[in-house]
Amino acid sequence: MEIVFLALILVLAIFLGFELISKVPATLHTPLMSGANAISGITLVGALLAAGSSSVTHELATWLGAGAVVFATVNVVGGYLVTDRMLGLFKQRSKPTEKDG
Amino acid sequence: MLSQFYINAVYVIAAVLFILGLKLLSKPKTARTGNLLSALGMLVAVVVTLLSREILDWTTIIVCLAIGSVIGVLASRLVALTAMPQMVAVFNGLGGGASMLVAWVALFGNTDRFVAIAVSLSVVIGGITFAGSGIAWGKLSAVLASKPLLFLGQRFINAALFAALIVCTVLFVLEPAPTSNYLFAIIGIALMLGILTVLPIGGADMPVVISLLNSYSGLAACAAGLAINNVILIVSGALVGAAGIILTNIMCKAMNRSLANVLFSGFGAQKSAAKVEGKANPITPEDAYLILEAANSVTFVPGYGMAVAQAQHVVHELGTLLETRGTDVTYAIHPVAGRMPGHMNVLLAEANVSYDQLLEMDDINPKMNTIDVAVVIGANDVVNPAAREDETSPIYGMPIINVDSAKTVFVLKRSLASGFSGVDNSLFFNSNTRMLFGDAKQSISALISEFKD
Repeated sequence: MEIVFLALILVLAIFLGFELISKVPATLHTPLMSGANAISGITLVGALLAAGSSSVTHELATWLGAGAVVFATVNVVGGYLVTDRMLGLFKQRSKPTEKDG
Repeated sequence: MLSQFYINAVYVIAAVLFILGLKLLSKPKTARTGNLLSALGMLVAVVVTLLSREILDWTTIIVCLAIGSVIGVLASRLVALTAMPQMVAVFNGLGGGASMLVAWVALFGNTDRFVAIAVSLSVVIGGITFAGSGIAWGKLSAVLASKPLLFLGQRFINAALFAALIVCTVLFVLEPAPTSNYLFAIIGIALMLGILTVLPIGGADMPVVISLLNSYSGLAACAAGLAINNVILIVSGALVGAAGIILTNIMCKAMNRSLANVLFSGFGAQKSAAKVEGKANPITPEDAYLILEAANSVTFVPGYGMAVAQAQHVVHELGTLLETRGTDVTYAIHPVAGRMPGHMNVLLAEANVSYDQLLEMDDINPKMNTIDVAVVIGANDVVNPAAREDETSPIYGMPIINVDSAKTVFVLKRSLASGFSGVDNSLFFNSNTRMLFGDAKQSISALISEFKD
């Protein structure tokens, strides 16, 4: 039952992902990609549990978990900040004839 | 300390924030808010995880979070926007690598058959993402040659590795253990596959590779979520995986090639035999100025060459000068121009070009015959009429920006050399085409000084 439940969530999330992304204009492809990539850094949650969990006592496991936390944190922090930096560049002129800059 | 029920309830909130964030990211006006919402979701998920009673070793966690945050902040602030493709590649790779490690650690607590299968999936996808992104980074930052690297027996080696991967995975799942030799073999093979599958892919096909690796990093997180039985990883990973696949598909369609063709053909490695003969018409900046000055509508068509020459700022300056003279100025952007999806859009946004002037291929093509001057800057294959006319051409069928239907075409280029695909470009020899030879940035600057005189 548990596996069926997880599979259901998985399938629904995939369909939702398809629906959400199919309408993005080409202009936003890069920020969308890096923003989505930051979301994939959610593996940080798993990394935190792996590095600090009471159920894991093996030394190798702690090191692997620590590495995972560093990798995932770079992914999350860097990913969101760089996406925000890029999105901050996209501007629209208030009037079509007005000179921007 | 929180019970599992409250933790899961907060994960649901985080998932909703991710979904809303992605939805808002799809419109220029709300995109920044969307990204913030998504970041808020991440923060909520991380905080609630830290508050769960499972965390014991705080020192390691805090040190690792601090190291990662410092690197992330510095990278996102200091890296130039022209280096964005390789930066995205690095972030993809780290996400994939992290998921691989997370899945591996899961084995120390649980060696069920189902967990072992999920771990194998996550390790394979994460390993390929990690190593493949490393190679993509190398190619994009010119540490490695950007042309396709092909060697004898490559397909045979890949097939053999893939077969070995399947055998090792089966043996591992039959007897799962965190320090199983079969697991080590799986990790090694996955890393090698990541390297070997990205090496043969050339620079101009990088938009496909980057978006595919983006999808993989999501799928690796999703598989890691299955391994540690964590719903937020499964949902978010699947969302990103699906988003990446959609983007990959858009990129492939924009080149009229299948994903398999992009990944395995080593496209661009061989020079095409089909030669185009003719006489090109060079033009000086002075004469080009006279034509531009008389034009009512001008569209700029940028390609990777604009990024290399760092010409986006002068292009915008020229565009603004033309606009103040009443010329209608637009920018026509091919979906695969550059080295990642939307590459040209980001560079032009950096140069303060308003996003409503950036037109997609399907919007500009019907209007192209009304455009007085189309200025091609460092683009080649995406404006090559052979894609429309020459059935024997390797790029035949690829949708292009039909600059040849504009009244006059300026091509800013160093020489008459062929583009990435190795296909000669008959556009250069058309009667309505004028070649402005030289470095794109210098040519545009020369035009600007003509306007200012």
